[in-house]
Amino acid sequence: MELKSKIPDGPIDKKWEKHKFDLKLVNPANKRKYKVLVVGSGLAGGAAAASMAELGYEVECFCYQDSPRRAHSIAAQGGINAAKNYQNDGDSVYRLFYDTVKGGDFRAREANVHRLAEVSNNIIDQCVAQGVPFAREYGGLLDNRSFGGAQVSRTFYARGQTGQQLLIGAYQALERQIGLGKVKMFPRHEMLEVIVVDGVAKGIVVRDMVTGEVTSHVADAVCLATGGYGNVFYLSTNAKGCNGTAVWRAYKKGAAFANPCFTQIHPTCIPVTGDHQSKLTLMSESLRNDGRIWVPKRKEDCGKPASEIPEEDRDYYLERKYPSYGNLAPRDVSSRAAKQVCDEGRGVGPTRLGVYLDFSDAINRLGAAKIEEKYGNLFEMYERITDENPYKTPMRIFPASHYTMGGLWVDYNLMSTIPGLFVLGEANFSDHGANRLGASALMQGLADGYFVIPYTIGGYLAGIKPGTRIKADDPAVKAAEQAVNDRTDKLMSIGGKETPTHFHRELGKVMWEMCGMGRNEAGLKKALELIPQIREEFWKNLRIPGSGNDLNQSLEAAGRVADFLEIGELMCLDALERRESCGGHFREEWQTEEGEALRDDENFAHVAAWEYKGEGQAPVRHTEQLTFENVHLATRSYK
Amino acid sequence: MSVAEQSIAGAEARGHGFLASSVGRKVVMAATGVILFGFVTVHMLGNLTSYMGAEAMNHYAQFLRTMVHGMGIWVFRAVLLTAVGLHIWAATTLTLDNMAARPVGYRNQQNVASTWASRTMRWSGVILAAFIIYHLLHLTTGTVHPNFDHANPYANFVNGFKVPAAAGFYIVAQLCLGLHMWHGVWSCTQSFGLAHPRYNSLRRNFATGLTVLVVGVNISYPIAVLTGFIH
Amino acid sequence: MSKHFNLTLHVWRQKNAKCDGKFVEYPAENISPDMSFLEMLDVVNEGLIRKGEEPIAFDHDCREGICGTCSMVINGRPHGPRERTTTCQLHMRSFKDGDSITLEPWRAEAFPVIKDLMVDRGAFDRIIAAGGFISVPTGSPQDANALPIPKESADLSMDAAACIGCGACVAACPNASAMLFVSAKISHLGHLPQGQPERYLRVRDMIAQMDAEEFGTCTNHGECEAACPKGIKMENIARMNRDFIKASLTYRPATTSGGGAG
Ligand SMILES: Cc1cc2nc3c(=O)[nH]c(=O)nc-3n(C[C@H](O)[C@H](O)[C@H](O)COP(=O)(O)OP(=O)(O)OC[C@H]3O[C@@H](n4cnc5c(N)ncnc54)[C@H](O)[C@@H]3O)c2cc1C
Ligand code: HEM
Ligand code: HEM
Ligand code: SF4
Ligand code: F3S
Ligand code: FES
Repeated sequence: MELKSKIPDGPIDKKWEKHKFDLKLVNPANKRKYKVLVVGSGLAGGAAAASMAELGYEVECFCYQDSPRRAHSIAAQGGINAAKNYQNDGDSVYRLFYDTVKGGDFRAREANVHRLAEVSNNIIDQCVAQGVPFAREYGGLLDNRSFGGAQVSRTFYARGQTGQQLLIGAYQALERQIGLGKVKMFPRHEMLEVIVVDGVAKGIVVRDMVTGEVTSHVADAVCLATGGYGNVFYLSTNAKGCNGTAVWRAYKKGAAFANPCFTQIHPTCIPVTGDHQSKLTLMSESLRNDGRIWVPKRKEDCGKPASEIPEEDRDYYLERKYPSYGNLAPRDVSSRAAKQVCDEGRGVGPTRLGVYLDFSDAINRLGAAKIEEKYGNLFEMYERITDENPYKTPMRIFPASHYTMGGLWVDYNLMSTIPGLFVLGEANFSDHGANRLGASALMQGLADGYFVIPYTIGGYLAGIKPGTRIKADDPAVKAAEQAVNDRTDKLMSIGGKETPTHFHRELGKVMWEMCGMGRNEAGLKKALELIPQIREEFWKNLRIPGSGNDLNQSLEAAGRVADFLEIGELMCLDALERRESCGGHFREEWQTEEGEALRDDENFAHVAAWEYKGEGQAPVRHTEQLTFENVHLATRSYK
Repeated sequence: MSVAEQSIAGAEARGHGFLASSVGRKVVMAATGVILFGFVTVHMLGNLTSYMGAEAMNHYAQFLRTMVHGMGIWVFRAVLLTAVGLHIWAATTLTLDNMAARPVGYRNQQNVASTWASRTMRWSGVILAAFIIYHLLHLTTGTVHPNFDHANPYANFVNGFKVPAAAGFYIVAQLCLGLHMWHGVWSCTQSFGLAHPRYNSLRRNFATGLTVLVVGVNISYPIAVLTGFIH
Repeated sequence: MSKHFNLTLHVWRQKNAKCDGKFVEYPAENISPDMSFLEMLDVVNEGLIRKGEEPIAFDHDCREGICGTCSMVINGRPHGPRERTTTCQLHMRSFKDGDSITLEPWRAEAFPVIKDLMVDRGAFDRIIAAGGFISVPTGSPQDANALPIPKESADLSMDAAACIGCGACVAACPNASAMLFVSAKISHLGHLPQGQPERYLRVRDMIAQMDAEEFGTCTNHGECEAACPKGIKMENIARMNRDFIKASLTYRPATTSGGGAG
């Protein structure tokens, strides 16, 4: 397998422009003769489907929710970055580029990141034109806030619902095309297989989640925009339905999986309350603009109510350790710092797995009304879940799995190692390196969907003759359908005793403990023994009531867990092989004396992309060397 | 053609003009409701002449029958009749649509914001319709009046209410009117799109005030006759 | 630690859109007050699966009150007894030991039941497709700050845009009317200058589609506003009516008839 990144030559700030010009164009009259499938209707998929339909391609779009508007992008609270420099605080495309490469701990491709920073400004213009109600100042201009890992205010937001508002913008554009008959939408359809003919992606197999019917869709190109696989941890901030199935099936058909171990643990989530817990809720990072994070200095104080701990007995550990970024240190750094103080026994709350996020200073300074205006819905959400009033007592927060930087490997055109299979948004690996900065995922999803794929797909389609799609009765189609049906039958026929969730929980515990915030060789090796055991037990002892030809939520869950049980293993393998610490990947063996991540640029300044070699065979690790010509490799420091 | 244009074309092909649309019919209902409530209010004021004695009231009735050379009352009746007709048409079609919109109900729906008045509009309306028919047969044509005298509306009024059953029905009908009015006055402002947080409490208070006034005064008539205050 | 307790559920079970449904009683045992309502159902479902019975089908996804997927009417109220709360954000501390809870799907002709507590809300998407957008293709619109928007307008727009499309308004409305949802979208776009060019077309198109979907009509009960988890105000319905009246009074058919350039 060859990893050809296809990065255009030339100076970094001219690459995209040049590439856009070099890409072949599809004749306008021919566009409607090409059919593109878009799996996923989040920011990436929704934007892509709408934009490609506007260009004239015939588009079909799929999502597992009952409406494209419900993709998990909707849950993003905090904001979206753009290099507008509206605040005149020294921002620029170059600075956003620089911050993102550095924030990703030098494990992302410079050219991709620069392109992302370039189009960030168009995104804001586009969204405003669509009617996204971003927060504004009294003068009528857009407001900004700052986010972790940046010293400028470049984050645009819409209350605590930025993701929802951006998604609704894309959804409206998509619905408009659906109304015009340019996009055919398939909600409640789960993609279960990629159809590959002679090494080229030609379609997908989906299951209608209401009727259980399995059908195929053939096309000239396929775009996967199916989000991240963070649910491998069972407890995460992802929606219950978020899955790795689509990317995993593509991996098994020959798409390389890049950096699977790069996962992000978000520092500000509501702590776990008990075994019944089904997900974790994020409290937006934007809260760190005004909230101060602390724990008691002494273990003995941890059981006391926060109000009884005097100022001098509090340890504002982020402000202490990272004076220049303070509470806004990047996510990986903040998460590890929280874990560290809890490991020292200074955590708070019933489980002692929590730290305070305290707004009393900000409330005194700005008044409760101002805080309510900025964060009202987050405070309300917190109160709902915990029954505590954060205006009065400090919030308790703890890190949780949140985002996956890893994903299918793609070249500069967002094409995977399977020609014709494009991957967008969180599902690809491209722009965030080993750590994603806050407010950059929304930016990337929309960049991919609105401003990258509409160009690059043309370059691909211009190379294939219109009207050469395979037929619906092609043997490859039938074989792919058969594979899906066999799999369903196999799952349905196990007839064991345990629920899909049971196995998911077991997997999650192993992943969180051994492949979570801190990883080490012994733990990862242990995980690589445990996961196959859970998997074996799963295929022996799973129970799914009902039938496969009907709406069956247990079957859906089981299919996803089956894939997570394999993805988890690859993550551990990747984590084991990456013998360095970088960004969200913290190998305990590689740390500085102060406990900071220690990169090994000599040996690991590369992307690790895994190639599937078949059932029971070890996957092969390929590398794409990363070069840093503009941002010089340096130890990240947020001090 | 934009989608907007397409769906407009589609909408019109489906006969979706103003009167066919749900909101259009709501507006019709509200507009006719305003006419009807306007009438009821003026009617209530006009009937105050009964407290001033036979002459005043008969004189007032005479004025009504002869205004604009006797044409006035017909114009007036035509307007009312059209309003009632449209109102009933809109109410009936919308009610049928609304019932069809929820063919299977809940085991026990908990209402938290709606009022008894809002939920019984269709029934208070039907009772009002029955009342109006009875009322016309009673005091306008005299068909169901024990001793009707065309020339003496005041006597008809007094004698009519001397029958306790008739007076009772009037009172019940006025209570229905109260329910219909209390929700209707507030509701029709909403239907016309007159809502603003600054004036919302005003809308409620206006509805309550007008209802209490109209119903209170209207009920006072049969009671005044029964108690012999008017005789 | 807080005390665990037991409940009795009366759940609407319906195999699919074609079959008839009925209420079935299930015990829910050992429930922690810290559980969310859906986590309580997870516990019941895990028990059912282990017994080989089909679990109760219900819609859910984000479980943090934003995707609008979770539905179900709990003891006669959409999303349960707490104000401004989705089912996934409702916690069991709102109930007490021995309570009996009735669970039903959203009930409306326009939302056919798919299975048990799941309904098809595709009608909402079709209403948006009919006009709930600003026609601006992806491209290079003017700079975002070229058009200042008064903060008040932006805030009012945002208030309406907070709608998550859950359908609780329809479920709660005695007439199964979708006017709160539709009006929220109309206000979201109507408060912004970008939304003006299509403002009156939009209101006509969306209402036409809403009617075609066979939702009921608003008679101003206010149940929708009370049930809405995002606090969408009935004032939006008034605004929609106003726009509709104006749109109808000033409507004229398109006058341009194609025609080429040059
Ligand atoms: C709680 C939370 C808060 C966040 N806050 C921020 C923030 O403030 N700023 C920021 O920049 N980023 C934030 N992020 C990250 C960001 O929201 C996501 O990374 C981003 O939205 C992903 O978009 P996407 O389009 O790639 O995928 P998604 O929005 O997850 O969409 C995936 C789509 O794929 C479909 N799909 C998935 N699998 C299948 C399948 N097998 N078959 C068919 N369809 C399938 C789904 O139906 C869905 O439509 C946050 C993430 C979370 C979880
Ligand atoms: C004749 C039989 C009648 C029937 C069946 C009837 C029925 C209804 C119904 C079902 C409504 C809808 C409830 C609502 O929108 O809130 C309504 C509203 C209303 N009715 Fe009637 N009604 C009748 C008579 C009257 C009369 C006699 C009056 C006035 C005296 C009246 C005044 C109104 C008003 C003002 C409204 C409010 C309209 C709106 O909200 O837009 N109705 N009626
Ligand atoms: C207790 C209250 C009421 C009293 C005492 C009352 C009295 C009368 C009288 C005396 C007349 C006959 C006038 C005449 O023929 O010269 C009359 C006519 C009428 N009343 Fe009433 N009325 C009452 C309530 C109402 C209500 C609530 C309505 C409507 C909802 C109503 C509708 C009418 C109509 C439509 C006429 C006929 C007008 C015409 O001649 O065209 N009345 N009323
Ligand atoms: S208006 Fe409220 S209740 Fe209705 S769909 Fe929107 S959020 Fe749900
Ligand atoms: S409950 Fe229904 S009647 Fe109107 S105010 Fe709400 S839509
Ligand atoms: S599950 Fe998303 S709102 Fe309840």
